Amino acid sequence: MSTVVIDPVTRIEGHLRIEAETENGVITRAMSSGTMLRGIENIMIGRDPRDAWAIAQRICGVCTLVHGIASVRAVENALAYPIPPNAELIRNLMIGAQFVHDHVMHFYHLHALDWVDVVSALSADPAATANLQQCLSPWPNNSTAYFADVKQRLSGFVGSGQLGIFANGYWGHPEYKLPPELNLLAFAHYLEALDWQRKASRLHALFGGKNPHPNFIVGGAPVALDGQPGKTALDASGQALVEAVIKEMQAFVDQVYVPDTLAIARYYKDWSRRGEGVGNFMTYGEFPDPFAGTDDTSRLFVPRGVILGRDLSTIHPVDLDDPNEVQEGVSHSWYQYAAGPVSLHPYAGETRPNYTGPQPPYANLEMDQAYSWLKSPRWKGLPMEVGPLARVLMLYATGHAATQTLVDGALAELKLPITALYSTLGRVAARTLETKLIADQMLVWYGQLMGNLKSGDRSTHNDALFYPGSWPTSAQGVGYTEAPRGALAHWIVIQDGRIANYQAVVPSTWNAGPRDALGQEGPYEAALRGHTLLDPAQPIEILRTIHSFDPCLACAVHLVDPDGESLMRITVA
Amino acid sequence: MPHDETFIDFLMRRGVSRRSFLTYCTATAATFGLSAEAEIGMAAGLAAAPRPSIIWLSFQECTGCTESLTRSGAPTIEALILDHLSLDYHHTLQAASGEAAEQARRNAMEANYGRYVLVVDGSVPTADGGVWSTIAGTTNLAMLAEAVRGAALVIAVGTCAAFGGVPAAAAIAAPNLNQSGARGVAELMETGDIETRPIVNVSGCPPVPEVISGTIAYFLVNGASPPLDASRRPIAYYGKTVHERCTRLPSYKAGRFALAFDDAGARNGYCLLQLGCKGPLTYNVCPTQRWNLGTSFPMHSGHGCLGCSEADFWDRALAADASGFIGSAFYPDFPPQT
Repeated sequence: MSTVVIDPVTRIEGHLRIEAETENGVITRAMSSGTMLRGIENIMIGRDPRDAWAIAQRICGVCTLVHGIASVRAVENALAYPIPPNAELIRNLMIGAQFVHDHVMHFYHLHALDWVDVVSALSADPAATANLQQCLSPWPNNSTAYFADVKQRLSGFVGSGQLGIFANGYWGHPEYKLPPELNLLAFAHYLEALDWQRKASRLHALFGGKNPHPNFIVGGAPVALDGQPGKTALDASGQALVEAVIKEMQAFVDQVYVPDTLAIARYYKDWSRRGEGVGNFMTYGEFPDPFAGTDDTSRLFVPRGVILGRDLSTIHPVDLDDPNEVQEGVSHSWYQYAAGPVSLHPYAGETRPNYTGPQPPYANLEMDQAYSWLKSPRWKGLPMEVGPLARVLMLYATGHAATQTLVDGALAELKLPITALYSTLGRVAARTLETKLIADQMLVWYGQLMGNLKSGDRSTHNDALFYPGSWPTSAQGVGYTEAPRGALAHWIVIQDGRIANYQAVVPSTWNAGPRDALGQEGPYEAALRGHTLLDPAQPIEILRTIHSFDPCLACAVHLVDPDGESLMRITVA
Repeated sequence: MPHDETFIDFLMRRGVSRRSFLTYCTATAATFGLSAEAEIGMAAGLAAAPRPSIIWLSFQECTGCTESLTRSGAPTIEALILDHLSLDYHHTLQAASGEAAEQARRNAMEANYGRYVLVVDGSVPTADGGVWSTIAGTTNLAMLAEAVRGAALVIAVGTCAAFGGVPAAAAIAAPNLNQSGARGVAELMETGDIETRPIVNVSGCPPVPEVISGTIAYFLVNGASPPLDASRRPIAYYGKTVHERCTRLPSYKAGRFALAFDDAGARNGYCLLQLGCKGPLTYNVCPTQRWNLGTSFPMHSGHGCLGCSEADFWDRALAADASGFIGSAFYPDFPPQT
């Protein structure tokens, strides 16, 4: 047996370490460890609940906004605080923009280099690349001269000998299967996507003043609609810019992201048979009906539910308030519970740091002991995969027509069965397809927002419960959302106008968390088992499957302190 | 890049036009208030400069600062990573992982010892032997201490690296307020935990994209940090308050204030001071540079300034004796009086 260690896992958010035990090049056991802790939830205690969104949002600057959304919803749920339909629509548009922005950047900037060999692109024929682009889509950057320029830029860069961010990649690894022309095309789109994402971020700037970390507010949206020309961002020209930005997003998704995904997938169909994970999928649901409100979870665009063991015929209901459903354990985490080896619902949750790992610098962690700053969340005791694949399966299983058309069409084009979805490649494809679904839906929400304005409803914020004097002495609530990486919820307890407890159970904790007390692996760990590594010194196979989940470790590592005791007990082994 | 090739030759060989190069120099020179003569000097300086190595270390962070840099309109991230810099270590963008990534860092540090720019985002945890954050099994403090030695300049990007930021915010329920002992980079130099090198703080949560890229560009041209304020921030960006630069300042002077987030005052662009805006206390360039290709800034989109470029802004509502919070850090505790 030998152990392969990847630390740092790069092209992710945050600090992730993977250790994999192999026998004859095949992974027999894998370990996923989050190696950074900030203690954000602890910082919440005692503060004004209206401030929580701003602090929570700093959990992550990549999926920026998701924690802000979950936080304002948690406070509103606790205070039974309704918000205007326009505010729901603005939030839907902002969450939608986050999905589209985040998924495109993940594909091109975080994941592509696992599949695309940039060095191979140097031997591409620009004319053949142009021809390929013209076959794939009507995207206008499709001339021989364009690809010759890109190739020249790349060859100048590589020829300099200073490879910068491309230094020490696994270039030339036999697992890279794309022809040079497709590598060049993908590299061109890597650069184009950097430019595109800057423009896409304007939607957040309009509604939230800036991106990353746009502004939110408990009780609605901070931006006033239909302002005096030039006086506020959402004057008539700002409203027109929202529509223009959505259409730019759509064009890139339809003409670049979707066709590129399918073109690349064609060469990696063997990846539709590895990397499944745990086979259970969960969504909290997202995109409320603006007129029904956030708390009506029966009318969400992406439905809420659980799929067990690939069985799409039964959707199990999820209740975030039920103490027996969502629970977290710490048997393999650097925390301890007062009551010992139990699992706790977030309202009753606690986290006491208890570092028992090796003294840095260290070479290895121990798989049979605690090995991560992440906890092990479970739904009714079972590990769950959350994220794009879970959402697409939920939409597919509940009969969403556009999803079924897209999924069936993609599978038919690749000549793959539906079981191909349960894989590394399926996860990548699901992310792409849901991006199209959401980008298309954004124009619907935009139309509803403009319709409301036309009929005279300009309300964006409900002032009635904004000030602490209007609140009950004690209250508790949960705010849910779907982050790009999966189901996310924040639980808050408010006492005398202050935060008494605050807890977040986040997507990458579901996916990247360690084994539980029963030895059940988390989804990353389960997905890696059985992978064959062609060259253990260049474990590109591990990166492919881990990146297919789109890890976000800053989100995943957190700290709860419900009872105000002195909890910092860290002993270095 | 061949040893005797100039930077401008190098850029042009790689398809960057002389014109776009000069445009970039003009934008940077204008920010720093340089004359046309200095601008020509800047172009000449860049043209003669080698492509410098950047080592970017990420510690207790959220990656928002890196995301912000990718939003920079001039220079763009593409231009920076392909044309102007050699970004030799950067977790979010680099192709290599694990040992291959660490080897890339060591190679770059050795080849460019004494010349590279060290960029840090995120705070550095110092409590409990540093176990709150490790990379490749090493503590953040150990990795920083090693990397600082060969740096010509250190740029602390974001309020966490500059001043400790959110990880250093008060945690009332914990026995000490800063649970992980999170520190900014300059503080670690002051306490002697790491060696002292020239350092620039680019604060903000995150900083304005063009402030990050412009600060790097200034060093590329001048080989030194720009003029700094008392908090070690470039005066060109942090020399005035957000309030002084705000488009709503005339409303403030005329006594016109929004009293609710969607009232007539809000729609008319009245001052947000009575809804909690921290613009008068906050030094930054948001209203003039604007965010996301000049699209907007917080007050223009109806929310007051949070004050994110200032140290301890999260703890503004902390009681003087640190016994607890006395209200909101961002909003009024009672409805504004009409």
